[in-house]
Amino acid sequence: MPELKYSSAELMIINASRLLRDGDVVFVGVGQPNLACNLAKRTHAPNLVMIYEAGVIGAEPARLPLSIGDPTLVSGALSVVSMYDIFANYLQRGNVDVGFMGGAQIDKYGNINATVIGGYDTPKVRLPGSGGSQEIAAWANRCYIMTPHQKRRFPEKVEFMTSAGFIEGKGAREARGLRGGGMLAVVTDIGVLEPDDSGEMMLTALHTGRTAEEAKANTGWNLKIAEHVKTTEQVTKKELKILREELDPTGIYLKGAA
Amino acid sequence: MSKLTTLKKAVSEFVTDGDIVYAAGFTHLIPFAAGHEIIRQGKKNLILARATPDLIYDQMVAAGCAKKVIFSYMGNPGVGSLRIVRSAIERGELEWEEYSHFGMITRLQAGASGLPFLPMNQTGGEDLEKVNPNIKRIPDPYGGKDVIVVPALNPDVAIVHVQRADKNGNAHLWGIIGEQKEAAFAAKKVILTAEEIVDESVIRSDPNRTMIPGIVVSAVCHVPFASHPSYSQGYYDRDNEFYLAWDKISESKELTQQYLDEWVYSVKDRNAYWKKLGEKTHKRLKVKAQYSEKINYGKY
Repeated sequence: MPELKYSSAELMIINASRLLRDGDVVFVGVGQPNLACNLAKRTHAPNLVMIYEAGVIGAEPARLPLSIGDPTLVSGALSVVSMYDIFANYLQRGNVDVGFMGGAQIDKYGNINATVIGGYDTPKVRLPGSGGSQEIAAWANRCYIMTPHQKRRFPEKVEFMTSAGFIEGKGAREARGLRGGGMLAVVTDIGVLEPDDSGEMMLTALHTGRTAEEAKANTGWNLKIAEHVKTTEQVTKKELKILREELDPTGIYLKGAA
Repeated sequence: MSKLTTLKKAVSEFVTDGDIVYAAGFTHLIPFAAGHEIIRQGKKNLILARATPDLIYDQMVAAGCAKKVIFSYMGNPGVGSLRIVRSAIERGELEWEEYSHFGMITRLQAGASGLPFLPMNQTGGEDLEKVNPNIKRIPDPYGGKDVIVVPALNPDVAIVHVQRADKNGNAHLWGIIGEQKEAAFAAKKVILTAEEIVDESVIRSDPNRTMIPGIVVSAVCHVPFASHPSYSQGYYDRDNEFYLAWDKISESKELTQQYLDEWVYSVKDRNAYWKKLGEKTHKRLKVKAQYSEKINYGKY
């Protein structure tokens, strides 16, 4: 059988989709997270309930949503609520299982910077800011992120902590009463990082053909390697077909890495 | 009493230099027509508050209307960076004040409820708290963990676009309802723009859909297509092509100025703007109908 060809974006999206469980209530972002969720819904998680930050619950988008407030999310959804309600009743109250995060940097403890590179008052690069990220990171039961594995994206400590992972390590979330479980998986184009008992992100899986040395070389801290590093399941023809033919036929989010 | 007026008059009467302005709408029903009218009237030193500044504030900042932005996510939604606001901040030319979405919306909710502040649970994302003195923590008086509090936001004027309203400002809106209701109740004055002006009986036929009551509205303006390049659910689609085009336009000062000259300063009003967009664009943004099932309120 000829080897399947896929982009690193496709590889990450497919691996992220496998983290979702049937029946999960998932807080979805546009772009790659949206594809991962819709892929899961069309494969192993048909009862996935997709919630969008714009206040849409149970969306079943008929076309690829191009913004977080795309009208296709609304038509045919289960419910549409105000922004205050989505953050208060759904997130803060604890009605969300999974949150997909984004951000420019993620550190050793899974904390995220989506705000600024350089000083806050004298920004070198001003990023978009939290949006819903701060609350999703705190209150969704499980948080995941997809990001290309590059040293600049993986500093030992984020320059600005927009959203909490395990903060300074073990017990930090509990001390603040954060209800969610924190950053439970970082899916990269090299493999998967998951927290150890202290909340430090360590390499637990590699994609076929990638090595732990590569992961270490592209991480800004001394990356721990799990005792038994798994190999992620092969990407399947079916998954690629759904992504390319049904979900993103013009390849807006499937090309390249980010 | 009828509050019907033109958008030109409403902006002239109710938007004053230095005001805190909240142009509502989370990617949906963004009141671009009012933004353009504010630019045309040369309003200055405004404090522009919006969860997502979006292209409307990028354009208003480019036109020199703003001295400060208050926001929670500064991007060109679905495209990337919001170049003009971002570079003005990076160059130190624009003041800013920042929250998370929940912080921003909670400020409005407090303002809408007449409260001085409202609490939220801690998130652990503590760096924003360090740089924004408005975000504070206080003990839970009932013995739980400390809570985060944010002060009420009471804009001088909120601008809200809706699908339909009567002449008194009782307004139906549907689709993504973002923070329109909270902004309207929080603000001191409310300018309403509407795709359609309908008889009061249409509003009364479906009172559960009235998100904004006329009692909080200062002016009602009939402005079809007021939210382009954003959209009005059921009326026209979001113009993603324009959101992509703005990414290129806003890269260059010259192109931005050309855009403002051609599409804001040189058009009289939204009607002229929509005509200028042309039939090809109208056709592209047209949406097929998909109706809800009727409900029975009962005759009592």
